[in-house]
Amino acid sequence: MPEGGRRVLEVLGLEIVFHTRDGEIHAVNDVSFSLAPGEVLGVVGESGSGKSVTMMSLIGLLPSPPARVCRGQVLLDGENLLMVSPARMRQVRGGEVGFVFQDPMTSLNPVFTVGYQLAEPLRRHMGMTKRAARARSIELLELVGIPDAAARLRDYPHQFSGGMRQRVMIAIALACEPKVLIADEPTTALDVTIQAQILELLQDLRAQLGMAIIWITHDLGVIAGIADRVMVMYGGQVVEQAPVREVFGNPQHPYTRALLKTVPSVTGARAARLEVIEGQPPILTSAPSACSFRDRCADRAAQCDRENPVLRAIGGGHDVACHQSYGGCPA
Amino acid sequence: MLTFTIRRLIFAVPTLLFTALIIFLLLELAPGDPMSNVPLTVPDDVKQQMRLALGLGEPMHIRFFKWIVQFFWIEPLNLFDQMFGTTFAEGKLRVISWQSRSPVIDIIAERIPQTLWVVGTAYVVAIAIAIPVGIYSAYRQYSFFDQAGTFITMVGYSVPPFFSGVLVIVVFAVNLGWFPSIYDTTHKVVDWDSFVVQLKQMIMPVMVLALQITSQISRFMRASMLDNLEQDYVRTARAKGMGERTVVMVHVLRNSMIPVVTVIALGIPAIFGGAIITEQVFKVNGIGQLLITAIQANDLPMVQTLTFIFAVLIVLFNLFADVLYGILDPRIRYD
Repeated sequence: MPEGGRRVLEVLGLEIVFHTRDGEIHAVNDVSFSLAPGEVLGVVGESGSGKSVTMMSLIGLLPSPPARVCRGQVLLDGENLLMVSPARMRQVRGGEVGFVFQDPMTSLNPVFTVGYQLAEPLRRHMGMTKRAARARSIELLELVGIPDAAARLRDYPHQFSGGMRQRVMIAIALACEPKVLIADEPTTALDVTIQAQILELLQDLRAQLGMAIIWITHDLGVIAGIADRVMVMYGGQVVEQAPVREVFGNPQHPYTRALLKTVPSVTGARAARLEVIEGQPPILTSAPSACSFRDRCADRAAQCDRENPVLRAIGGGHDVACHQSYGGCPA
Repeated sequence: MLTFTIRRLIFAVPTLLFTALIIFLLLELAPGDPMSNVPLTVPDDVKQQMRLALGLGEPMHIRFFKWIVQFFWIEPLNLFDQMFGTTFAEGKLRVISWQSRSPVIDIIAERIPQTLWVVGTAYVVAIAIAIPVGIYSAYRQYSFFDQAGTFITMVGYSVPPFFSGVLVIVVFAVNLGWFPSIYDTTHKVVDWDSFVVQLKQMIMPVMVLALQITSQISRFMRASMLDNLEQDYVRTARAKGMGERTVVMVHVLRNSMIPVVTVIALGIPAIFGGAIITEQVFKVNGIGQLLITAIQANDLPMVQTLTFIFAVLIVLFNLFADVLYGILDPRIRYD
């Protein structure tokens, strides 16, 4: 991937706070990352680590209230999306940034035909006529591998299977040829064979259309298969960021290492129990002042209680946020 | 859908026959005597002869059978005669009111316009107000508008019409003198001025009825909108770059209308049923008033026929609501 070249998306120091009845929740704390054109960035982390919230906030999809973006910049080709007008934001959504959600069963509107839902962004963003939008819709459905596309435009979502619906969702997200596609656990709700099909489909589409993809997932196997770069999130922060080979071959952050250990091995003697990371992820009621992973960390030191480690480059495009690895003596 | 409708219509026949039997038996077994309003000076044997003249001497099953024949065969034939000038039903005995000795259906036909004007207008007004209010309350949940709407609908729902009716009469008819307190049924609309008079006399009863209906439907609409506003497809629509207006008025509204339209359709028979209390308060002599006076006078053919017409309408509009549901929601399949 092009290193140090043009960035299609750059996120700087993003902070998101949820104002709830029980007080504030600091869901995203000082998150920065960037995305090169055509790159696939895998985002991993436990539930509640802030992955989805970060990505949804990029195009203003978080309900506000309760969510509030307190600080930061989201630069899409240099334009700060946090400052743009609502009208401009609507152009970006679906037009320049596509979004595929987790659950295809509920993400499509049940009372409109697939053709209608697919034509909507085309007519809105590209100003197509009904006829042109229909032709393009057929093309898109064929692109995502739905057979007999012309006839299926008249069908309603409930007439499609889960995997087919996710293909429709992908077709909608791709409709206006976005620069960035954000896929929020697009295969989590699907069974394994369908997952493989969707993965393959998105890889093909990237090769054909050349857009950058942000792929949010729990599944490290998926990441290993498709990502160019991996971002590991924990407690609303980026704890490690590196090219995919580095993450799997030379993990620096104890959380990343723990995550990799939880992947069961299919060779050798079978372990008596599956590996787990003991403890619970933190609920951040204030901005972190200490390492948020310290309670679950084997290498906890005095410094970890005093100071929140910042993300630091350790060479080779590898960034890590841990006091222990600063000293250059990774355990 | 057509097969479904036909099947349902066929099933409606035994349902209605059974309903007819129940209505007949209930009224038959209830205490009461059509002669109770006849002065005591009339000797008992004369009263007995009058009872026999009304057909009360026949056994119960014969009377039920005759009523069914009259209702389902002679009355429709008579209607056909009136429409096309034929004489199929000539000389056949129709369902006759014991009070006025004129055919029940003719009296009902006289009363229906008043009821439809007042109750029907109230229903239309209520829907026109309730749906926008419900949509906006849900979209701005817990806003001032929503809180005020909740309060007003709660009041509207819980205050009975015999209170709100009298209240509006005191305020608008007695104190302000804007509207007449009594609805004049004989008033005919011929020109603009008489139309204004009609409008003026309708406003108060419509207001009282619409308050109740609006309260129900707007609550329902609000709940349905709230259900749908949280659905995943709303987020998808926003992620596609659709404007708020499209998201709410197209994507959410279309889904939210499904249960509301059903409730509205199921409420239509109640329009024909009239509003017994409101009609009494404003002296609108519509169907509700007809029913209550018929009950007081033990006019069994009238009560039977009216109740049965309501039953027919309820069965028909249930079917109508089901068909509508199938049209509005593509997930529903009846075959």
